[in-house]
Amino acid sequence: MKSFTKIESTLLPLDRRNVDTDAIIPQQYLKSVKRTGFGVNLFDNWRYLDPGVLGQDHSQRRVNSDFVLNQAVYKDAKILLARDNFGCGSSREHAVWSILDFGFEVVIASSFADIFCSNSYKNGLLPITLSAEEVDYLFKHVAKDPTFKCNVDLDAQIILDESDKTFSFEIDEFRKYCLLNGFDEIDLTLQHADKIKAYEVRLREVSPWIFDTY
Amino acid sequence: MKTKTLYDKVWQSHVVHERDDGMTLLYIDRHLVHEVTSPQAFEGLRLANRNLWRKDSILATADHNVPTTDRSAGIVDPISKMQVDTLDQNCKDFALTQFPMLDVRQGIVHVIGPEQGASLPGMTIVCGDSHTSTHGALGALAFGIGTSEVEHVLATQCLLMKKSKNMLIKVDGNLSSGVTSKDIILAIIGRLGTAGATGYTAEYAGAAIRSLSVEGRMTMCNMSIEAGARAGIIAVDDTTIEYVTNRPFAPKGAIWDQAVLQWRTLHSDEDVKFDVTVELNANLLKPQVTWGTSPEMVVDVDGVVPKDAHLSDDKQRALQYMDLQPGTPIEQIYLDKVFIGSCTNSRIEDLREAAKVIQGRKLAANIKLAMVVPGSGLVKQEAEQEGLDKIFKTAGFEWREPGCSMCLGMNADQLEVGERCASTSNRNFEGRQGKGGRTHLVSPVMAAAAAVHGHFVDVRRYL
Ligand code: SF4
Repeated sequence: MKSFTKIESTLLPLDRRNVDTDAIIPQQYLKSVKRTGFGVNLFDNWRYLDPGVLGQDHSQRRVNSDFVLNQAVYKDAKILLARDNFGCGSSREHAVWSILDFGFEVVIASSFADIFCSNSYKNGLLPITLSAEEVDYLFKHVAKDPTFKCNVDLDAQIILDESDKTFSFEIDEFRKYCLLNGFDEIDLTLQHADKIKAYEVRLREVSPWIFDTY
Repeated sequence: MKTKTLYDKVWQSHVVHERDDGMTLLYIDRHLVHEVTSPQAFEGLRLANRNLWRKDSILATADHNVPTTDRSAGIVDPISKMQVDTLDQNCKDFALTQFPMLDVRQGIVHVIGPEQGASLPGMTIVCGDSHTSTHGALGALAFGIGTSEVEHVLATQCLLMKKSKNMLIKVDGNLSSGVTSKDIILAIIGRLGTAGATGYTAEYAGAAIRSLSVEGRMTMCNMSIEAGARAGIIAVDDTTIEYVTNRPFAPKGAIWDQAVLQWRTLHSDEDVKFDVTVELNANLLKPQVTWGTSPEMVVDVDGVVPKDAHLSDDKQRALQYMDLQPGTPIEQIYLDKVFIGSCTNSRIEDLREAAKVIQGRKLAANIKLAMVVPGSGLVKQEAEQEGLDKIFKTAGFEWREPGCSMCLGMNADQLEVGERCASTSNRNFEGRQGKGGRTHLVSPVMAAAAAVHGHFVDVRRYL
């Protein structure tokens, strides 16, 4: 996994609650067996006016110019800003892959769905929860000035905006450590392989039906 | 000794290692696999040259992409075919137990797990699918995971996570005729909101839950995720044990007796404290219908589309997307399609109840398509033995092969732009059943009654 330390960027304001993963990446693109190439279909149903299919040339589709993702002023934003319960619904990790593939590195929202959050950490996307008031503050500033920038510093757990206002955010120590170092969780877990094996020996005694099912 | 909730018990018995900060290595007993969220995980395993930890923990099937029409010629859509072929190949390469498309045991992963006895009480069960919460109906700790976590379980048989908080949802009283477990869970989601249980494991308890069949309990646990809870769970009782008895993969003989002894302990201690308790009275519940684009946007069937003067932005957007006027009575919402199926409501009991409403009646003229998609090949077979297929077909329904179908429209079963559907599935998100499609979530009996009348009706009048 790629590591995350600091970024400075403008914000793309997606002023909606309950953005579900069906909206982030619709079902037809889940047919891909790859982890890459989903960025062009991020928010597909909102972003394009005509329906799309996996593998077509999406540059030929009709674009919904009202949708914020299609507005040039936000083109370089690496921070996605949204309201509460971001990433709810389906567990599809394709949602995180499409957000990263589009170019975002951080999502700020007033709350996240659990599975979306764990999927984010595993891929080096940083989900930051701020209070509803803080999120509101950011929306207002971006609305006034789309070039408004923030600095996100994971190590210090701080967001610093241009007017020197700071917001601190919470993150699990373990998640932070993995993100900062780009650690692979499977490698970390396999360091405990002997503990897992010992657990299985106990389990086989207490609940033998868990094993040799077929 | 400290008292424990059911969730505490199952969690604690699966802890392999716990860090000081609470991050826990949790052992996973059963891993269900489907074609959509697994290819990248198998690929990751190969790229890193890692072994699969325990193949007898896995049961695989293809459900999302499979056609529900004649399958003898295979899958027509080349991209869907490739994904299903990829699963077949992975199962072959890793020598996994799989029910391929033409096996009678194939079906929606959350229907076949319990049906086969692959999902059992007290287990930790995961699948790369958020509706894995379904299996909690058996007193298991079951929850959905992402593809990286699928890979993590394939490689280590464990997950790294922190424990959730405990929520008790207590439903007392009796359901009246025509009101189902689907209506209980929709009403709960309406009450809590779609993020109301985020960070919690929800235990459903109370007289109304105890009187439900395991199928009905599965419908409730299934939609825990629509209230934000990654897992829903229900205590083991006689109903549970009876359901599991003689399932193909359930233990037999002396091991069965040992299992039952253990399973009987799977309930919350009497005086245990939950972090949050929510209470509902089943006596007061009416059939529920969603009107918007989030499962929390739900009202009683005799209600109206909300007309509060200051509707929030998301409600206004939902009204626009759904093309509904505030104040419209629910019973005046006309439909184009009806879908009875999905991991929420495609089990034998669901089909029986819907068939009772349909029997001797015909589809309304304005219904362009009504379909029944059984949850598994075995559900389909059982229904056919009971003659349910004839009842549906005579009324004008299509009787299909098992799979996810129009719950999410990854195969050919989709809504066209602007079409309105009464659906027994679990998500009414924008575009869920096809771009521009409009979904109303209801119970199987409500969907059946709507199919006959062409618009929603209060099914209690027709029973
Ligand atoms: S039936 Fe629907 S909700 Fe259930 S697993 Fe299939 S797609 Fe997901």
